[in-house]
Amino acid sequence: MNASLVKRTLAAVAAVGALATGMGAAQAEDVKVGFVYVGPIGDHGWSYRHDIGRQAIEAELGDAATTSYVESVPEGADAERVIRQMAQTGHDLIFTTSFGYMNPTEKVAKQFPDVKFEHATGYKRADNLSTYAARFYEGRYVAGVIAGKMTKSNVVGYVGSFPIPEVVRGINSFMMGAWSVNPDVEVKVVWANTWYDPGKEGDAAKALIDQGADIMVQHTDSPAPLQVAENRGVLGFGQASDMIKFAPKAQLTAIVDNWDSYYVARAKAVADGTWESQDTWGGIDSGMVEMAPYTNMPDDVKALAEETAAKISSGEFHPFTGPIYDQAGELRIAEGEVADDGMLLGMDWYVQGIDAELPK
Amino acid sequence: MEWIVPFVLTVITASTPLLLAATGELITEKSGVLNLGVEGMMLVGAIAGFAVTASTGSATVGILAAVLAGAMMSLIFAFLTLTLMANQVATGLALTIFGVGFSALVGSGFVGFAIDPLPALAIPGISAIPIIGPILFGQDFLVYLSIAVVIGVGWFLAKSRAGLVLKAVGDSHHSAHAIGYSVIKIRYLATMFGGAMAGLGGAYLSLSYTPMWAENMTAGRGWIALALVVFATWRPGRLVAGAYMFGLISVMQLHAQGAGIHVPSQFMSMLPYLATVIVLVIISSDRAKIRLNAPACIGQAFRAAQ
Repeated sequence: MNASLVKRTLAAVAAVGALATGMGAAQAEDVKVGFVYVGPIGDHGWSYRHDIGRQAIEAELGDAATTSYVESVPEGADAERVIRQMAQTGHDLIFTTSFGYMNPTEKVAKQFPDVKFEHATGYKRADNLSTYAARFYEGRYVAGVIAGKMTKSNVVGYVGSFPIPEVVRGINSFMMGAWSVNPDVEVKVVWANTWYDPGKEGDAAKALIDQGADIMVQHTDSPAPLQVAENRGVLGFGQASDMIKFAPKAQLTAIVDNWDSYYVARAKAVADGTWESQDTWGGIDSGMVEMAPYTNMPDDVKALAEETAAKISSGEFHPFTGPIYDQAGELRIAEGEVADDGMLLGMDWYVQGIDAELPK
Repeated sequence: MEWIVPFVLTVITASTPLLLAATGELITEKSGVLNLGVEGMMLVGAIAGFAVTASTGSATVGILAAVLAGAMMSLIFAFLTLTLMANQVATGLALTIFGVGFSALVGSGFVGFAIDPLPALAIPGISAIPIIGPILFGQDFLVYLSIAVVIGVGWFLAKSRAGLVLKAVGDSHHSAHAIGYSVIKIRYLATMFGGAMAGLGGAYLSLSYTPMWAENMTAGRGWIALALVVFATWRPGRLVAGAYMFGLISVMQLHAQGAGIHVPSQFMSMLPYLATVIVLVIISSDRAKIRLNAPACIGQAFRAAQ
């Protein structure tokens, strides 16, 4: 409650500041790109990675582009105000980088048909509104392969945030990766019911390690679970950004969000006049999903991980290739087929073999 | 039974920051001051402790800085409410909001820094005793300090003359003033002790619990500490029990999930709060007992009668 109030205030201040500085720099020929972030750029995770992408535009396009951003914008009415203000102050392209910005973005996009909008992780599109997201489950499959090779106790600890399709898909993908090299692996899942509470995420990791897990996987935002893995002498994976600094002896790799090339390409498209509304769901091949350097593992495991990532990247292999059964034994994906995007986006079931109950 | 030692260790680390902050707030409230800014003071303590430790490499200096930062925060509160007589509830809330923003501002340069956690003070030989050894003799310095301070506070309130004066100020500031005690000065000191302890609780989070700085990393623990003081009906012994029960339940629910016990995890996450509410209701049903311990003048501004 209090945090959001502060953020609201900061966001308002930042909005005025960012727009004021942006306005002076605007030239007729420049592409002016705006970003709206849900968290602080210093979160070392989601918003941080988007801001790295913004900097890539500046570096790549140089004088041809100016960028501005507003951080810690709460999802809701404030977001609409910030997005509208950006549209009014001459931005040509506006990235709104959180799922909760979907409706405000759509609304503002209708009112400003000449401005291009890009909304991350949503599903509402228009002629001037694109959507984009990344197939992080591909990275999780690679992580699963590594875990299957590296675990000695055959128990993987998984700290989840909320049982939403994005997270469930990740668990399924990870475990199928693990089973592809080691059918005896089992997973223990603890739901922290938060995206971000370092203390609680850490406690969840401790509980899992106490129960025999020797590989720590997380789908929450702070480096705490990986840090616990480091201190307890087990291995783990980083989330959203390379977290090797927090776990030099524990991090095997990290599934890194990399928006750089996408952002640069879209800004260039606006500059060239070739921008079109589209829906992008990029995987390892697009560069959006990047694996941090493979560390703390033998060369053969590293080679296997690289090979798996390459196969997924080339399209030779899809993590969700049938036959795949759910826990009830029902065939969800037939032999030889791969899951379509609709199924992946709505995934609310565990694959057969996961010995845990999915909270409803 | 080999899980029991790490389990107890996790409970201790989850309980210690609550205990540290709540002990300070207990003294503050006993003097008749209600400072709702615990969350903000903890955050400022957390970033001060982390920033100084990361910059100097010395956790001792970092802990001192956290104590000082917490005390400075409470000094702002004390000046506004005791000298300028601003409303304590509103000022406390403002202090929390200020602390959240201020710690984020100062901490923006320290995101992504890693430091070594506080070392455990292992005593050769004794720490190697099975079960009891690692639990009783393998903790870091702040855990022992939290227990020592509670015992000290218990003794102070029950046995010492100064404690009696503090309680008198909290129960009837006009009487205390009439017999010659400086109400404002005593409340300043009590408030600053509360701030220092909140800062220490914050430092425990950023130096030992999860050795890192992250914005808003207290995630509501300051509010839990405030609730614990009421839960304990302002008694140090019950405060320890309450803090450890809270830690126990929150860690237990994570273990239960990992063990595959099929209880909705949302319900489990709610449990500690539910327990607090239930105990509050049970205790509150006996109004006489609460009155005995609750500082009668809590939250009231004091103006010396002319």
